[in-house]
Amino acid sequence: MFLITCPFCGEREESEFSYGHEAHIARPENPEKLSDAEWADYLFMRKNTKGVHLERWVHTAGCRRWFNAARNTHTNEILAIYKMGEQPPKEIKAMIEKGKTS
Amino acid sequence: MVDAYRLRSPLAHLGLEARAHEDSELSGTGVVMREIPYRGLINIRGDVKDKNFVDAVQKAVKLSPPVDPNTVSGKPTTTRIMWLGPDEWLVITKPEGAERAMNALWKNLKVDGLHASVTDSTHARTCIEISGPRAREVLQKGCALDLHPSKFAPGQCAQTIVSKVGVMLIHTATARNGDPTYELYALRSFSTYLWTWLEDASQEFGLKVG
Repeated sequence: MFLITCPFCGEREESEFSYGHEAHIARPENPEKLSDAEWADYLFMRKNTKGVHLERWVHTAGCRRWFNAARNTHTNEILAIYKMGEQPPKEIKAMIEKGKTS
Repeated sequence: MVDAYRLRSPLAHLGLEARAHEDSELSGTGVVMREIPYRGLINIRGDVKDKNFVDAVQKAVKLSPPVDPNTVSGKPTTTRIMWLGPDEWLVITKPEGAERAMNALWKNLKVDGLHASVTDSTHARTCIEISGPRAREVLQKGCALDLHPSKFAPGQCAQTIVSKVGVMLIHTATARNGDPTYELYALRSFSTYLWTWLEDASQEFGLKVG
């Protein structure tokens, strides 16, 4: 069983959640001023990280709220959970900068 | 709201009343199930930090929305408020109290400057009650949530999955001998599947319809 801690409901089984892909991708302020390449970069290009990945999840079968998670894509270990609009914890940022995975 | 004379419960075609009549002696069985249809289910949303919102709900249904996650306020015999999310609750009333509660909530929350919503979802779901000494084991066959009373005590609730069906689950009470009673609120189109699944899962423990 793979448990994910919803920041609102607490620990729940993975099957209650849906994956929302990479987090912290801001929609460009003025899409009409972007070149096709820049727009395509915003729409399609993702990091495809092996290691610590910042991503969005939604508690579909529970409270239906979105939140962010830092997950190691190699081991599937969830390292941190933080709410929408928040930045990842400092230690997670440091891990990503140093290329550490746990 | 549907006119009372046109109401038909989602499980009416299963003939549960007739079966309940046959199974009149309920003691000594592992699991007892019944449908409790037509309960008022009103979804409310608002900011629990806003005193005006809490006061308005309190005035309308004489209960405050619970702040603690996964909890229910109020008594099962009257009106209850179930926590659904950080800004979302479900008001559960007796069938005859649904319309009055809806009107009272609508009236009290429709105030200038108060950001809130009230949605009647009474006919969206039906309630299946499951009780008896083996009720927890039956649910646990299809539910990943830990339902042990130390983790899921009376008065606690969860929106979760039971055998692939999304349900609102409430642990309503524990009898003196420790037997639990749970309520499952499932969408009406899923209710036949859920009932028959629960019935199948209960067979080994002995099931009676209450």
